[in-house]
Amino acid sequence: MTRDELDIIMGQLLDESLEFELAEFCRVCQANEDFVAALVAEGVIEPRGDERTHWRFTGRSVRRTQVAVRLHHDLDVNLPGVALALDLLEEIERLQR
Amino acid sequence: MDFKDYYATLGVERGAKLDEIKRAYRKLARKYHPDVSKEPDAEARFKEVGEAYEVLKDPEKRRAYDQLGADWQAGQEFRPPPGSGPGQYYYSSGGPDVGAEQFGGFSDFFETLFGRGGAAGARSRGAQDFRYQPGPMRGEDQHARIQISLEDAFNGASRTLEVRSPSTGKRNIRVAIPRGVTAGQRIRLSGQGAPGQHGGAAGDLFLEVTFEPHPIFEAEGRNVLLTLPVAPWEAALGETVGVPTLGGKVELKIPAGSQSGRRLRLKGRGLPGSPPGDQIVKLRIDTPPADTSFARTLYEEMRSKMPFNPRRDIGG
Repeated sequence: MTRDELDIIMGQLLDESLEFELAEFCRVCQANEDFVAALVAEGVIEPRGDERTHWRFTGRSVRRTQVAVRLHHDLDVNLPGVALALDLLEEIERLQR
Repeated sequence: MDFKDYYATLGVERGAKLDEIKRAYRKLARKYHPDVSKEPDAEARFKEVGEAYEVLKDPEKRRAYDQLGADWQAGQEFRPPPGSGPGQYYYSSGGPDVGAEQFGGFSDFFETLFGRGGAAGARSRGAQDFRYQPGPMRGEDQHARIQISLEDAFNGASRTLEVRSPSTGKRNIRVAIPRGVTAGQRIRLSGQGAPGQHGGAAGDLFLEVTFEPHPIFEAEGRNVLLTLPVAPWEAALGETVGVPTLGGKVELKIPAGSQSGRRLRLKGRGLPGSPPGDQIVKLRIDTPPADTSFARTLYEEMRSKMPFNPRRDIGG
């Protein structure tokens, strides 16, 4: 199959307009609900909706959560440490732009 | 297959105690963690360090590794002793053949010594308690960067990518680049990551978008910046001039009395979106060269007839 014959795959743009329910968000980020709830409690991610059953997460929260999972697991960083590291990483990224 | 010197990888002596090994690992893991490190080979180094720690932290694995002898040098061609096979040196309690690639892909050297099951007890993300999924195992997510032009971001486009996986080899996929995507945004391609194990679903592929440098435009989020050269008389007297935008040329009225650095906004002429970005036009006054007698005469006439001190406000 030549390059031109390949079907075009439509991806999801992970931006502010995209919303995930908790279960789907956990699947996308490969984190379980309790871990996500702990990130919310720590202020690492902020879902729309007050109650856990009504939480909606934007596409932008996916990256923060995936990095949080990796830092927590790979480096044994606790959640306040994860929150601090994420903020500092984003600040560095902003300054480098 | 090359011999791997796990002690050298962690920078510790062969007789190092467990706490020294752990300290060395932690330090290197922080240094090469792909989410933190700016080192170009961070991911590969992080995996090497993780593999070395996986062996040296475990007394049973370390003993088996040490039995190979101290004569091997890193990078030396390694052949397992006759009669040995994968897993000869260590049998994991974690069950046979739990896909090592799920755990970030340990080396052939590791698998020759400990078998693929040797990774089953690894402190790997896939096996971590808060993400553990029993039964079929979902494939690992893959992450990549894709560089596109600003024109592609403005118009939308498609790109053909080569995706590599240890189990399925190379394959091409064609991906839509959505109109209005901005630098740093990510596109999720569901099921296009590494294949699953034991009937598990494939992982996802995440593409982070970056922009190729553009000869005249620069993007800031959805806004597009352009530095527009203007003649001194256009800035002083005002003028309507043609300005390039990603959507084509438009007319822009330069107000009389403009100075260099003044910013003018072309609303909605940036990258598309809700709301669309603007094009910000920054004026730069270019002076014509005084390279003819006529031009020199004109400049001299201005000097004598138009008293002007541009440094007045700074005491010059």
